[in-house]
Amino acid sequence: MSKVAMDVPAKGGFSFDLCKRNAMLAKDGVQLPPFRKTGTTIVGLIFQDGVILGADTRATEGPIVADKNCEKIHYLAPNIYCCGAGTAADTEAVTDMVSSQLNLHRYHTGRQSRVVTALTYLKKHLFSYQGHVSAALVLGGVDFTGPHLHTIYPHGSTDTLPFATMGSGSLAAMAIFESKYKEGLTREEGIQLVTEAICSGIFNDLGSGSNVDICVITKDNKEYLRNHLQPNPRTYVSPKQYSFTKKTEVLLTKITPLKEKVEVIQAGDAMEE
Amino acid sequence: MESNSAKPGLLCSPEASQSQRTMYPYVTGTSVVALKYKDGILMAADMGGSYGSSLRYKSVERVKPIGKHCLIGASGEISDFQEVLYYLDELTLNDNMCDDGNSLGPKEIHSYLTRVMYNRRNKFDPLWNSLVLGGVKNGQTYLGMVTMIGVNFEDNHIATGFGNHLARPILRDEWREDLSFEDGVKLLEKCMRVLLYRDRSAVNKLQIANITKEGVTISKPYSLRTFWGFSAFINPTPGAQ
Repeated sequence: MSKVAMDVPAKGGFSFDLCKRNAMLAKDGVQLPPFRKTGTTIVGLIFQDGVILGADTRATEGPIVADKNCEKIHYLAPNIYCCGAGTAADTEAVTDMVSSQLNLHRYHTGRQSRVVTALTYLKKHLFSYQGHVSAALVLGGVDFTGPHLHTIYPHGSTDTLPFATMGSGSLAAMAIFESKYKEGLTREEGIQLVTEAICSGIFNDLGSGSNVDICVITKDNKEYLRNHLQPNPRTYVSPKQYSFTKKTEVLLTKITPLKEKVEVIQAGDAMEE
Repeated sequence: MESNSAKPGLLCSPEASQSQRTMYPYVTGTSVVALKYKDGILMAADMGGSYGSSLRYKSVERVKPIGKHCLIGASGEISDFQEVLYYLDELTLNDNMCDDGNSLGPKEIHSYLTRVMYNRRNKFDPLWNSLVLGGVKNGQTYLGMVTMIGVNFEDNHIATGFGNHLARPILRDEWREDLSFEDGVKLLEKCMRVLLYRDRSAVNKLQIANITKEGVTISKPYSLRTFWGFSAFINPTPGAQ
């Protein structure tokens, strides 16, 4: 994700150079192109052996579903994954960038990455862009200090939580978590609860839909269950092609070529006087 | 007897619509959650009246009985709710004066309230409420709601305000026909507990009202038990010392 040095302002952070011009354009009625948002339900919870992350798979562009089966659980490190809500480009870019930074850090230290390291990289970047990088993340992983689950907001604030939800479907998913979560869940119970919460978002929120992705991270192992549940299959596919009703009669199967009314002279000289 | 309007002078006079408009609510109540169960309707609301972001009134009764057959619950502007109760009072009084043994059922009152709310909205002077109407008449249970713009519908379970986002997913998942009274109360309390955790204007003091063909009972105010002992709350940064 490195950019050419001269494009980036000297010390990082948000460059306010174009704000005046943007304000002037906005006053004249120029609208920003609508960016693709993920309109999402993402969740995470801590169970007895680690962390389970879950996400739906619908990406929206305003009222249209742009991608029916996108991936919202991003890789950061072998033991750390991150779900992203908000602008799809922002979540992709930020998680890719921090993943590279963590990789370099691992080479430098020779140790497994810690979740708080990823957290600090992410919050530092998001804060320096003052909320303009619209990425709301649920970060989860297991390192040698234990399982961790954090939420990160676009402006850079973070929370440490036993269970978390973000995105437009967060309220629907949080209703499920608040009523059913307890500490010390087993793996099956945890996956069941995460699936229920994502399904609640899928069926009760318009911005979320399609399938459920799950990622289970434990001390020595991670499992990425892509499309763990597909509660919205295409229900009817006709086995035969279109059939015309009996009332449709075929009158004629002869092909009559059209007679030319005007003789077309070869082009090329036509325009020249 | 003049026309049936509740306040004959005010509604007709020309200056009324110009100067008197509800622009924003002041003292508001938060969500109301209700569901149909085997014997009737259960409706729950907390007792908080917020003045903007200040929790000003903590004993506001937001669920009231109407006549013999109905319960009404309201979220939104409290003064407009009191106005609605005044209109309904007038309505039931006029009806009782006919003295024909007939009493207004929930469907009739729902219909009346829909007309009132929609007409007020058309005059740009809405009653800033979401009203939940439930009742039992002639063995039939009925549960419906009207919002401040006049949207009205009837369903097996209703939630207003924040309950739309937090309680409705739970009710859609777990409501079923022929709930017993205990199960119905447990389900309502589950919804109210989530609202208590996640709605900033909720208070931990609620009343549950029950209406069956026998009549109305509104419980005394009580609180829900909450749990805050997660290890991530107690020690959010293990290993970072």
